[in-house]
Amino acid sequence: MRRVVITGLGMVTPLGSGVSTTWTRLLAGESGAARIAEFEVSDLPCQIACRVPRGDGTNGTFNPDLAMEPKEQRKVDDFIVYAMAAADEAIADSGWKPEDYEDQIRTGVMIGSGIGGIEGIVDAGITLHEKGPRRISPFFIPGRLINLASGQISIKYGLKGPNHAVVTACSTGSHAIGDASRLIALGDAEVMVAGGTESPVSRISMAGFAACRALSTGFNDEPTRASRPYDKDRDGFVMGEGAGVVVLEEYEHAVARGAKIYAEVIGYGLSGDAFHITAPSPDGDGAYRCMTAALKRAGLTAADVDYVNAHGTSTPMGDELELRALERVAGDSAASLTMSSTKSAIGHLLGAAGAVEAIFSVLAIRDGMIPPTLNLENPSVETAIDLVPLKAKSKTVDVALSNSFGFGGTNASLVFRRV
Amino acid sequence: MSENSIEARVKKIVVEHLGVEEDKVTKDASFIDDLGADSLDTVELVMAFEEEFGVEIPDDAAETILTVGDAVRFLEKSTA
Repeated sequence: MRRVVITGLGMVTPLGSGVSTTWTRLLAGESGAARIAEFEVSDLPCQIACRVPRGDGTNGTFNPDLAMEPKEQRKVDDFIVYAMAAADEAIADSGWKPEDYEDQIRTGVMIGSGIGGIEGIVDAGITLHEKGPRRISPFFIPGRLINLASGQISIKYGLKGPNHAVVTACSTGSHAIGDASRLIALGDAEVMVAGGTESPVSRISMAGFAACRALSTGFNDEPTRASRPYDKDRDGFVMGEGAGVVVLEEYEHAVARGAKIYAEVIGYGLSGDAFHITAPSPDGDGAYRCMTAALKRAGLTAADVDYVNAHGTSTPMGDELELRALERVAGDSAASLTMSSTKSAIGHLLGAAGAVEAIFSVLAIRDGMIPPTLNLENPSVETAIDLVPLKAKSKTVDVALSNSFGFGGTNASLVFRRV
Repeated sequence: MSENSIEARVKKIVVEHLGVEEDKVTKDASFIDDLGADSLDTVELVMAFEEEFGVEIPDDAAETILTVGDAVRFLEKSTA
């Protein structure tokens, strides 16, 4: 198969707009969590979230008007706006803006989302109930559909290659990057704009995830302490929002145009738990098999992996299962492994998580810096694996692995290597 | 033209929905040819007129509303 490299990065996260802002704040140990002020939360068990900081675009704030005209924003849910902003950054970073038809048809888009425009669906439901079907906007459907992130990006940039969208809950971003890489490897495209996006911070989502008993509820007065993967006091995840997008490119194509190459996508593994709709399989078998499959595809063993960006959502059950699965993959080399959960800082971006965390993994390779697991004060279990508590650390990273696991028992691992 | 005239209210809706400059919204301006609307935008505009003026605009009538002036004339008739 053909080699696939990453030549562009873009993101919008609770730590700010853009890769540079987010990465700097992540390494500094900042948290994006705060009490929700934008809607009523007094009757919700979880009253905190990691929200994208909005503003005029200065000081790392996110200015949606730079990504989409206000009249267009009005027609879509925020997951599309976040995807547009992250794609703008990634495409500009890559320097690949195809003008020729032949280049355009060889460039595709695969941006996924876990949920899509749930808030817009709720609002339209209220309109339908109160005012009737004649008041449903013609933009209701195209503003909510998950694949419209890919669609909007393709229209803006004239990208006429494969146009696709992944929907695998919290594994979406990883699956999108993995699947898009395979399209390039198999020759269906030369370049793919790939990633995940999510805008789930709304009353309906908070109520739904709280009903699943997935959210942290014990830290409403100390939001920045709530996301605490592997810590004994963890009690659920903190909802995040945003998008991560990468430009994937066939290696020779990137070299020929002198593109900056961040890393190569050398491994991608997938598995299913076949166990429960929300709970991970208690034997960690699904996580074990997707990591093993990704390493096998990469032709590596766990001893070759310098950094693992964990799924690590801060739920009581999931964190330890992933840790045990990685220990099983690593065997005797566990003591040389370093794994951190960046969800401790940005929360859980659901369908965007895998894409944003893939970018963190790539940046760890570029900078030789490992972001910390915030709030890991008292690990709930002993492990030989370094979980990078509280503070970032420097370490040369040539190979990084990123995990994502989703509702429905869907698992994905990606392996990146320095080129 | 008073602020509350039908023409002023129509123009305000057009400016808000299509994100165009007020001075481009003349009576002769075609929603699609001059103001950058697509077919979905025109559907939404008609819905906004219905909401603002409390009238129902049937689909066959909506198809004849192609310019700002068409909308003003239709609404002047149907609210008279």
